[in-house]
Amino acid sequence: MAERKSRKAPAAKKAKPKARARAAVAKRPAPKRAGAKKAMSRKAVAPAARGLTPSQTVGPYFAYALTPAKYRLKPIIADDLVTPDAEGERIRIEGRVLDADGKPVSDALIEIWQADGKGRYPAAGSARSNAAFKGFGRAASNGDGRYAFATVKPGPVPGPNRTMQAPHVSVSVLARGVLKRLHTRIYFDGEPGNARDPILALVPASRRATLIAKRAEATGAMPCYVLDIRLQGSGETVFFAS
Amino acid sequence: MTATYPRAGLKADPPSLHPDYASTRTRSPKQPLVVIPHTLSELTGPVYGQESVLSGDSDLTKQHAGEPLGERIIVSGRVTDEDGRPVRNALVEVWQANAAGRYVHEVDQHDAPLDPNFTGAGRCATDAEGRYSFISVKPGAYPWRNHHNAWRPAHIHFSLFGHSFLTRLVTQMYFPGDPLFAFDPIFQSIPDVKARERLICKFELDLTKPEWALGYRFDIVLRGRGATPFEDGSHG
Ligand SMILES: [Fe+2]
Repeated sequence: MAERKSRKAPAAKKAKPKARARAAVAKRPAPKRAGAKKAMSRKAVAPAARGLTPSQTVGPYFAYALTPAKYRLKPIIADDLVTPDAEGERIRIEGRVLDADGKPVSDALIEIWQADGKGRYPAAGSARSNAAFKGFGRAASNGDGRYAFATVKPGPVPGPNRTMQAPHVSVSVLARGVLKRLHTRIYFDGEPGNARDPILALVPASRRATLIAKRAEATGAMPCYVLDIRLQGSGETVFFAS
Repeated sequence: MTATYPRAGLKADPPSLHPDYASTRTRSPKQPLVVIPHTLSELTGPVYGQESVLSGDSDLTKQHAGEPLGERIIVSGRVTDEDGRPVRNALVEVWQANAAGRYVHEVDQHDAPLDPNFTGAGRCATDAEGRYSFISVKPGAYPWRNHHNAWRPAHIHFSLFGHSFLTRLVTQMYFPGDPLFAFDPIFQSIPDVKARERLICKFELDLTKPEWALGYRFDIVLRGRGATPFEDGSHG
C-alpha cells in the first residue's frame, strides 16, 4: 500500500501451471452455527450469528493477479467484454479515476457488470462456456488514471415496481486507499429512459451528471462514451449504499 | 427500500475514511452514499466457476521450474453466506508477497529479493460445500510509507465473487499472533474487534500435513439473501 513511484523491475516469469494441484480440499464438518447466547431477539441474532468477513483495501499490488495481461499470465477476466455471441452495439467506455485533488489514481481496479444489448443478464448459475458473453469486465487504471472497456451497449432492464431502468453499467471501484468497494453506475447520455430511471430518480438532480457518460466525438470505428470517476471533492461521483 | 440482501452485517466493514491510513484521506467519498433498492442489476452477478480455473492455479508453489523459498502452507476454508449456506462454484483469487515480503508487482521496490520460483498469484473455485484450498508459502511482512517505520503484517489478499454483484468482496487474510497488528492502520480500520479477528486465519493441526506443510483455516462469510425464516419468509 506504499506511496511509491514506479521503477523498472523485472517482469514476472510466465507461470507454468502443472496439471494437478496437490491441494486436496480438506474434508471437514460444517462449522457449527453459533446459537443465541444471550437474550437477544431472534431477528437480531439470526443474520449476525455468522458475521460478515470485513472488507480490506485491494492495495497497490493486485495487477499481476487480477489484471495480469502485462505480466503474461492468462487473465480470465479482461477489459474487453465483447464475444462473438454478444448482442448489442459495440462501444468503448473510458474515463479517468481522480482523487480529491484532481490527481489521477493510477492504481485503481474498475469492474463492470452489465446486461447485453437486449437487456439480458447472463443467467446465474448456468455453467456457460467461456466464449459466452459474461457481462463482466475488469480494467486497471494506468499512470494517467485512465480506464477503458470494450463492450456492448446494454439495453434497458427491469426495475422495481414494474419500472424500467435505463441502460446502465454497474461499477465497482477498488484502489489503494479505498477500504471498501465503491459502487456506482454508468448511464448513457441521450437515452430517453434516463428521465424515468428509478435509480437516477433517487440521486439529487444536481449530482446526476456524475453518473452519465458523454458520447465522445467519433474518432474511430466504435462509438465511445466517456465518464470520469471522482472519488472525492468537486464533482464527486455518486456512490451507492446497496 | 427493497433490500433483498440485508445491510445490517455491513457494519463489520471499515469506514471509507480512516485518517491513520493516509491514502483514504483523498480517496474516500465525502458526500453521503445514495441508498438504492436491490434491482436485477444488483441481484445478478458473473459466474466464474470450475470451468474458469485450472486445478494447478491453486498451487502457488508449482508455477515455476523450482520450489519457492519460505515456509510451505496450506490455506483452506469454507465460503458461506451470512445464513450459513455454502457459496458454491464461486471464484476465489489470491495474491501475496513472497517469503521475503516482496511482490512481483513492478511498483513494489522494497529492498528484498524476488524469488524466481514464486509469482504469488492463484485462483480456484469453491466446491459444492463452499470449500476452497490453496498451497503457498507464508508471505513476509513488508514496509510501506504510510508513516514512519510502517510495516504491514503478513497477509494474503483475497478476492471473492459470491453469486451477485452485492456479494463481491475484496479483503486480506492475516496470520495468528502477528506483532504488527497493533501498528497497522489497515487492519485497525475495522472498528469492531471481533470483526477484525475474523480476518485472522487459524492454525490447524488437522489441516497440517506431516513432514510437508502447515495448515491454516480461513472461513469467509459473504452477504446472504437474508432468508432467515424468522425475519421474512417472502424470499428464498
Ligand atoms: Fe499487500
